[in-house]
Amino acid sequence: MSHISPIIWQFLVKWMTNFALFPPEASKIAPQMDALYFFMVLVSLVGLTIVILLITSFSILYSKKRHPVAVQIEGSTLLEATWTIIPLGLFLVMFVWGALLYFRIYTPPANAMNIYVVGKQWMWKAEHPGGQHEINALHVPTGRPIQLTIISQDVFHSFSIPAFRVKREAIPGRYTSVWFEATTPGTYHLFCTQYCGTDHSHMIGDVVVLTPEDYKKWLDGSTSGSSLAQNGERLFASLSCAACHNTRPDARGPSLANVYGSRLTLSSGQQITADDAYLREAILNPSQHITQGYAPIMPTYQGQISEEGVIDLVEYIKNLDSDYRVQQTTASTTLLPEGEGNTTKAPVAPGANQRAPQGMVKQ
Amino acid sequence: MSDTIVTLPDQSTARIPKMNYLTKENGLLSWLLTGDHKRIAILYLISISFFFFVGGSLAGLIRLELLTPQSDLMATDTYNKVFSMHGIIMVFFFLVPSVPATIGNFIIPMMIGAKDLALPKVNLLSWYLYVAAGILALYTMASGGVDTGWTFTTPLSTHYVNTHVLTTGMAVFIAGFSSIFTGLNFIVTIHKMRAPGMTWFRLPLFVWAHYAASILMVLGTPVLAIAIVLMALERTVGIGVFDPTKGGDPLLFQHLFWFYSHPAVYIMILPGMGVISEVISTFSRKRVFGYTAVAFSSVAIAVFGFFVWAHHMFIMGISNYAVLIFSLLTMLVAVPSAIKIFNWAFTLYKGSITFETPMLYAFGFMGLFTIGGMTGVFLGASGTDIHLTETYFIVAHFHFVMVGGMLMAFLSGIHFWWPKMTGRMYPEKISQLAAVVTFIGFNLTFFPQFILGTLGMPRRYASYPPEFQILNVFSTAGASVLGVGYLLPVLYLTWSLKYGEIAGNNPWQATGLEWQVQSPPLTENFPEIPIVDHEAYDYEWLERQKEKEVASVG
Repeated sequence: MSHISPIIWQFLVKWMTNFALFPPEASKIAPQMDALYFFMVLVSLVGLTIVILLITSFSILYSKKRHPVAVQIEGSTLLEATWTIIPLGLFLVMFVWGALLYFRIYTPPANAMNIYVVGKQWMWKAEHPGGQHEINALHVPTGRPIQLTIISQDVFHSFSIPAFRVKREAIPGRYTSVWFEATTPGTYHLFCTQYCGTDHSHMIGDVVVLTPEDYKKWLDGSTSGSSLAQNGERLFASLSCAACHNTRPDARGPSLANVYGSRLTLSSGQQITADDAYLREAILNPSQHITQGYAPIMPTYQGQISEEGVIDLVEYIKNLDSDYRVQQTTASTTLLPEGEGNTTKAPVAPGANQRAPQGMVKQ
Repeated sequence: MSDTIVTLPDQSTARIPKMNYLTKENGLLSWLLTGDHKRIAILYLISISFFFFVGGSLAGLIRLELLTPQSDLMATDTYNKVFSMHGIIMVFFFLVPSVPATIGNFIIPMMIGAKDLALPKVNLLSWYLYVAAGILALYTMASGGVDTGWTFTTPLSTHYVNTHVLTTGMAVFIAGFSSIFTGLNFIVTIHKMRAPGMTWFRLPLFVWAHYAASILMVLGTPVLAIAIVLMALERTVGIGVFDPTKGGDPLLFQHLFWFYSHPAVYIMILPGMGVISEVISTFSRKRVFGYTAVAFSSVAIAVFGFFVWAHHMFIMGISNYAVLIFSLLTMLVAVPSAIKIFNWAFTLYKGSITFETPMLYAFGFMGLFTIGGMTGVFLGASGTDIHLTETYFIVAHFHFVMVGGMLMAFLSGIHFWWPKMTGRMYPEKISQLAAVVTFIGFNLTFFPQFILGTLGMPRRYASYPPEFQILNVFSTAGASVLGVGYLLPVLYLTWSLKYGEIAGNNPWQATGLEWQVQSPPLTENFPEIPIVDHEAYDYEWLERQKEKEVASVG
């Protein structure tokens, strides 16, 4: 053994003992995905074996030496029907199985916890509802469905967590979503898989799966002092949204209390559900999204609010459950940084007060 | 059923005919101004081989960079340019014109019994457009390159990169017209120029495959041109069709792009399938099993191929129901390919098989295309696509189809028709070795990438987590073997131009009309237009022809 060169030795010891062949299964959907994957691998292996067996056995049996005279055969409808129908059947099984999985992965359950993810060249920013921000990292608890609402600030990106078997494109100007339920605590890869320019390959990070207790500790330790909704409230006041959306009988804009999730009729007569995507569009491109009965006077906020700012506003509007909350915002147009009682007691991270203004300017 | 004995002719007395398309006229101008489809095919062959080696060297650089997890050979920007140019050159300047513009151009008129393509000057124009586009692409590469990837995805290409997007887009735009002209020429020729008696169902399957591919070229490529023009307008004057802040839709570009670029993979693979049909039949001395099924499966691939483009966007927030439909159609397009594979396999049944180089490449094609096709089903099933798309799994999948499939078919066809094109044989032993080396090198390069993709390694990464290294080392090692496999044919084929054995008219005892005339052929292909009274792959007809010849000479 002593004459093996050090490089080969390093290859054998260091690499051969330390490389991956299959990704960890760390979410509830992962074993389901892998079941279909291995079914397909099996079908492929059987198909490939048949093709190889046919080629080799015919090559041996009917080589020119053994079989100098070719027998001309037209074809066989029965055989051809066989190898049309069997593959078709197998492909249809894979289609249905795959579609079931697809709908499961992209249809978040109603009780999922929502985390916002903003992609930009070349980093991922995650925003937890409690106001915790992370860059190129995502902390999630086990045993709880997590929905990611994803958007890109510039080009296409794609948020991929191989260990969870989920991936979703981050599209400029549009929310997309995906959900998962993590099962095994640990640290997993987070990749951007859509080519996005110079540092595409550095747009990676860690997904840290924690037990619910550890996750709570992490939440408490990383708070920025105010939740997304509170940031949104501040923005709502400073952009003077309440000048029109103020719940007064003569208000020029509709009341936003309980608007989230409701059915709206637009001035075009179109019926829509007010979801995250609609709220975002109605803020940035209001003239196309006027509620019936109101004049199209709202100015566009395109270019004035960053994607994070829009998320704060959406989160604020989502949590507006009564006119009273709007009036509170209206009443305090010269709003203090911490509007609500319990947050004033919470330790304020340095720089937390500057965060809200940052959210307002386009970066 | 009936029996056929085929004996190869004695080659010791064969001579290269004095009068042929190569000797008819001399001088550079006689080549540059030629209208002869055979000479244009040779011009194409030289130019696409050049671009293949440019693209191949870029691939070598990519593999070298990926030998280590860090981006240490090149800066990430350089790496991005290298893989972008690799994709653009290989797709638009090698794969799309590969078989149609070279072998198709040379052989189709001869197969159908015509003296030339219907539009010889348009044929020459298409070569000039190709060369102009190629020079433009090389110019952009030399002057700084482009780093959008071959997909030119907006808004990256329109708003965020500072490289030569417009000139490269222009190169692709022009190359597209070259492809449209080739397709148009084939369609007109196959409709109008068939010899008397050459009915549609007497056409060799090579012609059927090219007909299907030509329809895709003519209908699909204009959409690519439109997409590129819109992208260029967006980049220069900001018309906003793809810009969400102006009410545009960033996904629209991908719809337009893939509306061409998915059929484009069938433009690339169908002519290759045509080659395989000819080769398998010839070297098993047997007609293709289920001619009609193979012919119509080409047409079915072309038709379904137009309605699967959105399977490139399953994870991009298109509606779930659109995903259902596109996933289903993708499954349907996989079926005709399966039919072809099994029909070829059964063509061997009760044949009389020999294993010359073209046949070895054809076997390689069948194995690798089966893997490439099956892994396509992994990606067509919407659920597994979520995990596997945008990773090395997809890189491995399309390289199995494009390199393992198309390039194997191209090499098979070049070896098969080499005697007809040049009048000389290639050296058999070394080229069999090259076929085996290519096969081994290919599997070593691209099989590990399936595992990498399943692990989640994203494509287009200049650096990657260290636990992926060993598989990348295998892949890079395979790429060097593959490189040897591709260099060998260049060397021995060039050698054979002067020193190869004289081939004679029909060294393989094949049935196609192109094999019934001298090699290399006359400029006008046939001294007199043949009258066709037999089906394609009729080996008994060939026997009777030979008996007649012997009788008339004797």
